Amino acid sequence: MTLTATRTATRTRWLQDNGVYVAVVALLLFNALFTANFLTAGNFRTQLVQAAPVLIVALGMALVIGTEGVDLSVGAVMALAAAIIPLYLGAGPLTAILMALTIGLAAGAFNGFLVAKVGIQPIVATLALLVGGRGLALVIADGQLVQLHDPAFLALGTDDLLGIPISVLIAGVLALTVAAVTNRTTFGRQLVAVGGNRKAATLAGLPVDRVLIGVYTICGVLAAVSGVLATSRLAASDPADMGLLMELSAITAVVVGGTPLTGGKVRVLGTVMGVVLMQLVRATLIKHNLPDSLAQMIQAAIIVAAVYVARERR
Amino acid sequence: MPTDTSPGLVIEIAGVTKTFAGVRALHDVDFTLKRGEIHALVGENGAGKSTLIKVLTGIHSPDGGRVTRNGRISTIYQEVNLVPLMSVAANLFLGREPRNRLGLIDRARRDTEAKELLQSYGITADVRSPLGTLAVGEQQMVALARAVEADADVVIMDEPTSSLEPREVETLLEVVRRLHESGIAIIYVSHRLDELYRICDTVTVLRDGVSVHSGPLAELPRIELISLMLGRSVNEIQKHGTTAFGEGHHADTRPVLEALDLTSKPRINNIDVSIRPGEVVGLAGLLGSGRTETAKAIIGALPLDRGTVLVAGKPVPRNVKAATRAGISMLAEDRKTEGIIPNLSVRENIVLAALPRLSRFGVISRARQDRIVDAFVKRLRIKVSSPEQKVAELSGGNQQKVLLARWLCTEPKILLLDEPTRGIDVGAKAEVQALIDELAKEGLAVLLISSELDELLDGADRLIVLRDGEVAGELEGAQLTREHVLTAIAAEVMDDADSHQNSH
Amino acid sequence: MTTLTKATRTKVLQRQGAAVALIVMVAVSWLVFPRFGSLDNLRDLALQGSFLAVIALGMTFVIITGGIDLSVGSLYALGGVLAAWGSQYGFLAALTLPLLVCGAIGLINGLLIARTNMAPFIVTLASLLFARGLLLAITDEGATTYQIPPDSAFVELGRGTVFGFGYPIFIAAALAVVGGLVLNRTTFGQNVFATGGAEQSAVLLGVPVARTKILVYTTSGTLAGLAGALTAAYLQSGVTVIGVGTELDAIAVVVIGGTLLTGGMGTVLGTVIGVGLIKVIQNVINQIGTLDSNYQSVVSGVFLLIVVVLQRVLRR
Repeated sequence: MTLTATRTATRTRWLQDNGVYVAVVALLLFNALFTANFLTAGNFRTQLVQAAPVLIVALGMALVIGTEGVDLSVGAVMALAAAIIPLYLGAGPLTAILMALTIGLAAGAFNGFLVAKVGIQPIVATLALLVGGRGLALVIADGQLVQLHDPAFLALGTDDLLGIPISVLIAGVLALTVAAVTNRTTFGRQLVAVGGNRKAATLAGLPVDRVLIGVYTICGVLAAVSGVLATSRLAASDPADMGLLMELSAITAVVVGGTPLTGGKVRVLGTVMGVVLMQLVRATLIKHNLPDSLAQMIQAAIIVAAVYVARERR
Repeated sequence: MPTDTSPGLVIEIAGVTKTFAGVRALHDVDFTLKRGEIHALVGENGAGKSTLIKVLTGIHSPDGGRVTRNGRISTIYQEVNLVPLMSVAANLFLGREPRNRLGLIDRARRDTEAKELLQSYGITADVRSPLGTLAVGEQQMVALARAVEADADVVIMDEPTSSLEPREVETLLEVVRRLHESGIAIIYVSHRLDELYRICDTVTVLRDGVSVHSGPLAELPRIELISLMLGRSVNEIQKHGTTAFGEGHHADTRPVLEALDLTSKPRINNIDVSIRPGEVVGLAGLLGSGRTETAKAIIGALPLDRGTVLVAGKPVPRNVKAATRAGISMLAEDRKTEGIIPNLSVRENIVLAALPRLSRFGVISRARQDRIVDAFVKRLRIKVSSPEQKVAELSGGNQQKVLLARWLCTEPKILLLDEPTRGIDVGAKAEVQALIDELAKEGLAVLLISSELDELLDGADRLIVLRDGEVAGELEGAQLTREHVLTAIAAEVMDDADSHQNSH
Repeated sequence: MTTLTKATRTKVLQRQGAAVALIVMVAVSWLVFPRFGSLDNLRDLALQGSFLAVIALGMTFVIITGGIDLSVGSLYALGGVLAAWGSQYGFLAALTLPLLVCGAIGLINGLLIARTNMAPFIVTLASLLFARGLLLAITDEGATTYQIPPDSAFVELGRGTVFGFGYPIFIAAALAVVGGLVLNRTTFGQNVFATGGAEQSAVLLGVPVARTKILVYTTSGTLAGLAGALTAAYLQSGVTVIGVGTELDAIAVVVIGGTLLTGGMGTVLGTVIGVGLIKVIQNVINQIGTLDSNYQSVVSGVFLLIVVVLQRVLRR
């Protein structure tokens, strides 16, 4: 390898690891200087509330990607969770939320079973739920958007705790929990080992199947949590639109945050920053009155560029 | 640009050297191939055979030396490189399909031509069925037919018979002979001596990237050939006198490991292995004789037709998890694909298998972890800047020690070591050997697999010699000599050699 | 009598499973719903199926190479809008504009996938987003729906009929025949199979793997654009909200038709049968009337799951 090649490789790697932080700081600076009313508590609050559901899904996605997998069904699971809520809200908000989370758990466990026990590729296994899941949610909801009025349930999306919006607080706690699980538990280390070298993990006597099922289950539950929070903020159950293209947002945030699609590594803080970055990009584009159309095209370009930079060198 | 070779030569290379990331794969190798010759290329794993083939075919360009080719080269590989889901005929003609007047593929003609062609290779299967439904031997034959039909002047065959049944081997050898008669030169890579002596004219032996012998095969006694292949690595003899193994260990009591009748056809058949605590048992044999498969069978990573594994008299269920729990650990031969987890740190790689014991309610105790890791890094003299260094950044020898540490911290009773010193530098090699010795002294039962005869002779208390997936002999005490092992490996081959010489 | 070997059993299930299901569905529907068998209903069914069939044809090629194209739903919508907008400049503009633009986006998909080794699903998800953005940009953020002049020759392409059967049906059928010939009777088709069946081996066998991938994604994009153009001609306008989730329908019919989602195996005929099956189910759901139309995607998902699991289990 020549010296320049080595230098380029080092630079690429540095960019893969730290690019997201640099980009977040740069965007914050840009907005502080050129965007009116950006540095206000109200604006930060809005941005965080909007980012919270994406972050929760992205956390689960990061774990799945860490095992060299992917979960395309997260948006559909959010829709299912949203469709379940109005059915059980009569029995109290807690029951409704528990039922929604149960659906997420079942969906995730099912994906995990297909991947670990049946041996289907993750992308193929989760595709079935992506195709059928939203339809099922719409069937459950009779294709209707249902307005929700339960004050306790709506508080989840509107109220504060300790001056922080509840959904943001939940997202933060979940991020800390996932970080702890990844770095401090047997499960977390086994997960990364399975993604890093599945053959070696098997030969080392690791419970590979159990780890995979666990990871997809967690991802399903987190998607359901996100669906519940988003539904509460919307004050309506809207399975048709809930979580549409969420798989793309979540995967993007994870990859932008420095977790490689090839597995073997999970960066929780990076994922958080990935979500923040994509939220900032969107906010910047909107605040400068760029039309939605242009915003979408720019986001698409950013996604491709980020995945290009992050892809493992062969 | 290929220049003309000397008359009668289709390939001529001289003084070729090739280095990968500082590791020397070929050093000053000469090799010539005459028109119509069948040339055997032999050597153990890592001797440089594949690199030489890749230099010959132009996939790698050499760092130094001269390569001249005079003709088209086709290669068939050990792993069949065809498309299993496509039909036999489609595979055979991929890229040069016969066409009709409309320019479309003429499937009827393709299938008829394929059928006729393959008949001469002894294949009668339906050419319209997917290639993957054929037996591996038949697939190999299709690959061979494809290679030959591409108007090749030279055909390189890399271990073509390693997964074939005896009957299929006969057909393949018949085809090779026919090619030979039609003037095609063949480079035949194999470690099945019977085959080599039956069909090859010339032999080149590689060891550690150096060509240690080249000449007519019939003049080279088989025991000599094996000795050339298994000899001590050249550079080591220069630097060190002996291996770092100590005296023999006194093994006592009953065997802690008993593996009975391990059979997984066609790789291994009816293999018994028993090891007592404190004993090092060596598995000797040529590449492909079933050494690795035996170890994998013991740890439950190879599906078996039949066989039992007992640890301390109790049967062990046949999966890796159960075997690990029963106290069996295996250091895999291929560190990169079956051993290290490259993204993780040295610390994490070491504690991986022992995690459940180092954690409470699933939460890892960092303090206990650090204690263990520190202890092993010191004891195994692992050279790291810090335990947090990524394992991918370490040298091969240190990676091997990390893996050894991974298994030692599960406190195993039985350690299966598959080529523990391959591809690591001389100093680290001696350290690993000393370590194996030390572990046995502490009462571990060790199964040692090695391609280096001296490592086995010095390190093992007892040797099980494998040949073609079966036990060819067990050697102990005074029998542990070079001659005895070579004789055991070559035994059957020797009887054959006489008849071969008579026939000439 | 001989027992079926595992291989033949797999083959029968893959090749004929969807066909048998289609025949049974049609027979039952005919008996249960009197309106099902009417010529009008069958004409409508075939017309509805033809748009999806054109998209699924491209998807078949992509999936056989071991890839996936999630951008076709957006490209379908974009193609319709472009055709409607272009129709003011005449027939040729209305037809070529969607083919060129959607083909170009497909080409970019192919280049990114083949040359940079990025995962197909993420590249095409990004272009799904991009194509929607582009669509919004040319329709004033979705506010404008371009109409096709009723006297335009382009309308005839979507609404013209032979014996009451719409032109799109014949176009889709012709494309399917050509597609089948290309797949099975040309070197390109063989390269498609080899690329998806064993990419590493294909490279060693001299197959131009990168070129093959670029071509299939370009084809897929172009065909999605064409389907959009035909739909616009039929609807006489460029509807902006169509195509959401169409990529999933296309994948579902391809897989239900027996094409291996992991690549290397598949047929155009299977895809056509898959389209038929899904459209008949949708038709029946509509006939029942009381049933939610969303059952169709649930059924697609379940079918997809069954096929994928069977393919995996029978292969062991």
